Amino acid sequence: MQPDWIMGLIGGLVIGLAGAVYLLGNGRIMGASGIIGGIVDGSGRSAERLTFLAGLFGAPALLALFVGAPDTHVTSDIAVLVVAGLLVGIGTRIANGCTSGHGVCGISRLSLRGIVATVFYILAGGLTITIFRQILGVI
Amino acid sequence: MKNLVSLIAGSLFGVGLFLSGMTDTAKVQGWLDVFGAWDPTLAFVMGGAMIPMAIAWQLTRVVPRSATGAHFPPAPIAEVDRKLVIGSVLFGMGWGLAGLCPGPAIASLSYGGLGGLVFGLAMIAGMWVAPGLRARLDRAVPAE
Repeated sequence: MQPDWIMGLIGGLVIGLAGAVYLLGNGRIMGASGIIGGIVDGSGRSAERLTFLAGLFGAPALLALFVGAPDTHVTSDIAVLVVAGLLVGIGTRIANGCTSGHGVCGISRLSLRGIVATVFYILAGGLTITIFRQILGVI
Repeated sequence: MKNLVSLIAGSLFGVGLFLSGMTDTAKVQGWLDVFGAWDPTLAFVMGGAMIPMAIAWQLTRVVPRSATGAHFPPAPIAEVDRKLVIGSVLFGMGWGLAGLCPGPAIASLSYGGLGGLVFGLAMIAGMWVAPGLRARLDRAVPAE
C-alpha cells in the first residue's frame, strides 16, 4: 500500500475527474449535499440524481467486496452520530453546499462563496474536535 | 445518456473517496484535530481533486454546451450571506463530531456498519427539516 498522502492525491484526482465528468457531461456541479438533499426534500428529484447516487453507493460497495472494506472507525456513540448527522444535514442545506460542492467545485472556480464556506466549516470542525476531544475528551 | 454520465461520475466519486481514505472518519478527524495527531491527507485529496476540476471549469469557457447539450452553471449569483456562514458552521460542527460529510456518508454506507447507517439516517432527517429552517432564517433578515 502506498503512503497515505499518495493515496490521498490519487483518490483526489479521481474525485476531481468525477466532478469534471459531471460538469462537462451534464452541465452540473457535483455537490453531494445538493444531490441528496434535492431528493430528500423534493426540490430536485430526477433520474440523473438517482443514478449518480447509485454509482456513489454502488462503486465503493463493489470495491469493498473485491478488495476488502477499509476501516471507517465510525464512533459507536449513537447520540454523537445522531447529533452529527442532523448538523451535517441541516448545515449543508442551509449553506447550500458541502465539501464537494463548495470545497472541490467552488474553490476550483475561485468562487468567493465556496472559499468562505470552506473556511467556516473547517474552522468549526477544528474547533469542535478540539473542544470535544482535546479538552473534554468525550469523542 | 445523462443518466449514464451521472452513473459514471457518481461511481468515480465513490472510487475516489474509497481510494483516498476519506471514508475513514479517523483520517478526516485527524485533519481537523490540529492539537492532536494531525493528519494532512485531506489536504492532498482536496488539492488533487481541484486539478481536474479547475481544468474542467476552464473548458466550460471554450465549449458552448455540455456533452449532453445542457447549459453550464452560471457564475454564482448568491452573495456571501448569513445562511452560508451559519450553515457552514453547523455543518463543520457535525463534520468534526463524526468525521463524515455527505459524499463519504453515502460512499461508505455498505461497509460503515450500524454507525454509518445511523449517521446517514440522521443526515437525511436533517436535510428533510432544513428547508423550514432556511425559510425561517430568510424571514429573520430585515429587508435591506
